[in-house]
Amino acid sequence: MSEITPDLVRHLASLARILVTDQEVEQLAGELGIIVDSVATVTKAVSGDVAATSHPIPMANVYREDVILPSLSQLQALSSAPDSAEGRFKVNAILDED
Amino acid sequence: MTEITSSSAAVLAGLISSKEASSVEITTAFLDRLEKLNPKTNSYLYFNRENSLAQAKRADQQLAEGKTVSPLHGVPIAVKDNLTTTDAPTTAGSKILEGWVPQYDATVVRKLREASMPILGKTNLDEFAMGSSTEFSAYGPSKNPWDLTRIPGGSGGGSSSAIAGHLAPLAIGSDTGGSIRFPAAMTGSVGAKPTYGAVSRYGLIALASSLDQIGPVTNSVMDAALLQDVIGGHDPNDSTSLPNSLGSMVQSVKEADVKGLRVGVVKQLSSDGFQPGVKACFDDTIKKLAAAGAEIIEVDCPSFEYAVAAYYLILPAEASSNLAKFDSVRFGLRVTPDGNPTIENVMAATREQGFGPEVKRRIILGTYALSSGYYDAYYGSAQKVRTLIQQDLAKAFTQADVLLTPTAPTTAFKIGEKVNDPLAMYLNDIATIPANLAGIPGISVPNGLASEDGLPSGVQILAPAMQDGRMYRVASIVEKLYVDQWGASLIARVPDLEAL
Amino acid sequence: MAKEQLMSYEDAIERFEVVIGLEVHVELNTVSKMFCGCANNFGSEPNTNVCPTCLGLPGSLPAVNRKAVESSIAIGLALDCQIASNGRFARKNYFYPDLAKNFQTSQFDEPIAFEGEISIELETGEVFMVPIERAHMEEDAGKLTHVGGATGRIQGAEYSLVDYNRAGVPLVEIVTKPIYGALDKAPELAATYVRAIRDIVKSMNVSDAKMERGNVRCDANVSLREKGAEKLGTRTETKNVNSLKSIENTVRYEIQRQAFILAAGGKIIQETRHWHEDRGHTSAGRPKSDADDYRYFPEPDLVPVQPSKEWIEEIRLTLTEKPSIRRKRLQEAWGFADLEFRDVLNSDLLDEIEATVSAGASPQSARKWWTGELARLANLQEVAVQDLPITPEQVASIQKLIDSGDLTDRIARDVVAGVLAGEGEPAEVIESRGLKIVTDEGALIAAIDKALASQPDVMEKIRDGKLQAAGAVIGAVMQEMRGQADAARVRELILERAK
Ligand SMILES: [Mg+2]
Ligand SMILES: [Zn+2]
Repeated sequence: MSEITPDLVRHLASLARILVTDQEVEQLAGELGIIVDSVATVTKAVSGDVAATSHPIPMANVYREDVILPSLSQLQALSSAPDSAEGRFKVNAILDED
Repeated sequence: MTEITSSSAAVLAGLISSKEASSVEITTAFLDRLEKLNPKTNSYLYFNRENSLAQAKRADQQLAEGKTVSPLHGVPIAVKDNLTTTDAPTTAGSKILEGWVPQYDATVVRKLREASMPILGKTNLDEFAMGSSTEFSAYGPSKNPWDLTRIPGGSGGGSSSAIAGHLAPLAIGSDTGGSIRFPAAMTGSVGAKPTYGAVSRYGLIALASSLDQIGPVTNSVMDAALLQDVIGGHDPNDSTSLPNSLGSMVQSVKEADVKGLRVGVVKQLSSDGFQPGVKACFDDTIKKLAAAGAEIIEVDCPSFEYAVAAYYLILPAEASSNLAKFDSVRFGLRVTPDGNPTIENVMAATREQGFGPEVKRRIILGTYALSSGYYDAYYGSAQKVRTLIQQDLAKAFTQADVLLTPTAPTTAFKIGEKVNDPLAMYLNDIATIPANLAGIPGISVPNGLASEDGLPSGVQILAPAMQDGRMYRVASIVEKLYVDQWGASLIARVPDLEAL
Repeated sequence: MAKEQLMSYEDAIERFEVVIGLEVHVELNTVSKMFCGCANNFGSEPNTNVCPTCLGLPGSLPAVNRKAVESSIAIGLALDCQIASNGRFARKNYFYPDLAKNFQTSQFDEPIAFEGEISIELETGEVFMVPIERAHMEEDAGKLTHVGGATGRIQGAEYSLVDYNRAGVPLVEIVTKPIYGALDKAPELAATYVRAIRDIVKSMNVSDAKMERGNVRCDANVSLREKGAEKLGTRTETKNVNSLKSIENTVRYEIQRQAFILAAGGKIIQETRHWHEDRGHTSAGRPKSDADDYRYFPEPDLVPVQPSKEWIEEIRLTLTEKPSIRRKRLQEAWGFADLEFRDVLNSDLLDEIEATVSAGASPQSARKWWTGELARLANLQEVAVQDLPITPEQVASIQKLIDSGDLTDRIARDVVAGVLAGEGEPAEVIESRGLKIVTDEGALIAAIDKALASQPDVMEKIRDGKLQAAGAVIGAVMQEMRGQADAARVRELILERAK
């Protein structure tokens, strides 16, 4: 059985910034447990000497030149913001310093 | 007008260029039909007659001035609602993006505009393309025109139902694990996932960046080839887009010839787990190809066994990061809880209310797969499985020119049947996922109706990376074998939506 | 907040060994941002240098700035690092409102440069080799303004405003290995190291290197262990210490603070801290926790950076002389005393003086102008000397007129004032203000006669040998000539007249 405990779900949800109720935590722990048990088969598929593929088509060294391209106007930038003030995006108070 | 709406894009393009019909006439015909019938299929999340007609008018004006800007000039098209459009809201099927009108056009959308193809509207999808039935759309499921109680596949069920229901002659889809090919199989249409990087992802709301690819959903292989020629090509805005052109897909279709063709049948995807009627259709396809002169070879891809597991680690991992930007600051929904909430509370509440259950499930699964202590076992191993799958495919493609599998294990299931069973839902993509993991092109072509339920079945054709032309060539051969048998394409047999 | 208790610095050093580690973020001065074509521009109107990519709009994708990669490689080479043959970008995932995508595109286990070192010379002449662990590429975040509450601080603010102009500006983060053995010099070494990094990136012209603008920012890690202990102590990381003085103060404060806790049998909490220059102390921020699980993974939207040997060598050829070597060379060539030279370095005027010298002024006169009159004027106007609207070439040309006797020091200062006031080149200022020395002896003699007429007894006194009496006449003449006369010549003429 997998190790997906309600506490782990709570921790993961907070890392992912998703509010979860106790009921959701229980449900997610159950569902994710089943899924994780199933996908954990990948660990059996590979041995140490297999390289990881993060890009299906190998490419390297793709660059753009250091030139300025048009930006959005301030109006456009803020056009879909839920709230703004003084040309900036407005958010509720921040609890922690980064 | 039914004649127009049941015509292929190639035929419509011909009518336009020969001035037998205008873009405005054709676009109007589709708008009339979709305004009437979309309530039945829920294919479109958004359309705007005036805007579409203005685009059609511009296309006609160019033609009047003697300018034809593309082989699909004036032919209207539906666009999956996870591609950004400056003149239409883009929701990705999520509440969290409700009403968002993007500040920029996706590269593919820009190319459609440059090709003078009027956009009919934005099509439905599972929220953020997570699903294979459209039941996870925040705006209700789309319905399968073959049977409105059934799913049209997903995530691109809006596009596939629009094509099968003749609510659009062409549609754009995106395919992360089968979201173009699976819906095509469910609806008797054609859906192609090009080689990873063949079509720019710029402006595609990312699900899993290393798997996502945009492609055509159409009524015929030629239509798909015509559309890939329009939307493909290098884009400096997408660093993973292929630097070189893959050539003309239309040209490849025209060169279709079965002589000397070696067809590989993947051992792991040809026997167990397929609905009998689907299996029978597949066997029939292989028999037809053999009869036409192709050599049939069984190929072994042992690592395919792990493809679904690897996929459901890589996809949630990348998605968990891609979806972090939905935080209520710069765009989209903001939910402010009672009291004196901090931005941290606001973000968490917004994401709780804005995301549906499947999205939350996958974000949390992905967060887990990447978290410290688990990364190597899960994400790391999954990326190694990709390598194994590529190795299997490399070997298989030395034995065969293309590989064939059934596109889907079953025909379209009932709405509601699997929605509470994530694992069962995930297995729908068992045959389509390997192509995404390996980056190779794949296409689904209709190959009959399953005997037990009379619903469409599809056959998938896989080709090596960058050999999209070969994929189209063989798809066209398969299509022709059936059109010769049926006297028309399968889609001609779709029930009359107006009567349903 | 209760004031934290400190051990005296001497006692702390006596009892504990200090280990420091420094992370310096350098903002590159590319024309455009790291992953998009928006201008990399300081001081623009908020949210005007933004696009779908640096705003993290859905569907947008990054594209790597070639120049930023070049500059990063150059920095790596300047720090004697190895350059990775396969470097990759990774995503560092955490939520913060200044981070548009809620992940930072950075580098993790495959940095562009690694395993370098830099020699740092302290004021005493002592030299430390600081080992460099890595230098990696990443993007800057946007800028937050906290509104309401007391002083624009995060604590107690009512709400915050976000400007993403800085989001996506290219950064190179330079990370040292733990630095042992600096003993009581640890605070000075930390500051001198950061200054050295600043000087290097400035001399290479890969960064504007203005610390007051945040072009160079430092995170300082400090830990203590009992002398002779093998295991490293728990460290704290003080974030964004943005002036040389603050870095020195931060390290010193942390040594004293941690020493007090450890001596009292307490435990150091591994945490992020913040330095408050105004109040002279650090304060606790977030403790390190599970929430610091950044879930790094290779950035799937970008392909690897695999610089060829040829490219690296090309970049190596563009490297400028190392600042420490350059300093030695210039001091020797100019023959400055240690004190004079330190003065120049402290006021950050090496470039200006070098340019003035190469425009033809003598090193001493160039030094005097910049550290003297120009520094004084800048101070009055509350601007940096470097920002005064006068060029080294203009200073040199004014000095040449002094050397040739066409200007006196005093008139030259008027010329400088004119240039600074925007009246044009020195020659134009001299012309329009009529600032030439009066060499017409007829005019001088007329003025002398006029002055003597009102002070008739002066001639007598001079003839009696009281030569200092000429002073009063010289003063009057200079006044008459509005200062534009050579006082020595006037004196000669008076004495001649008295014969
Ligand atoms: Mg960093
Ligand atoms: Zn930008």
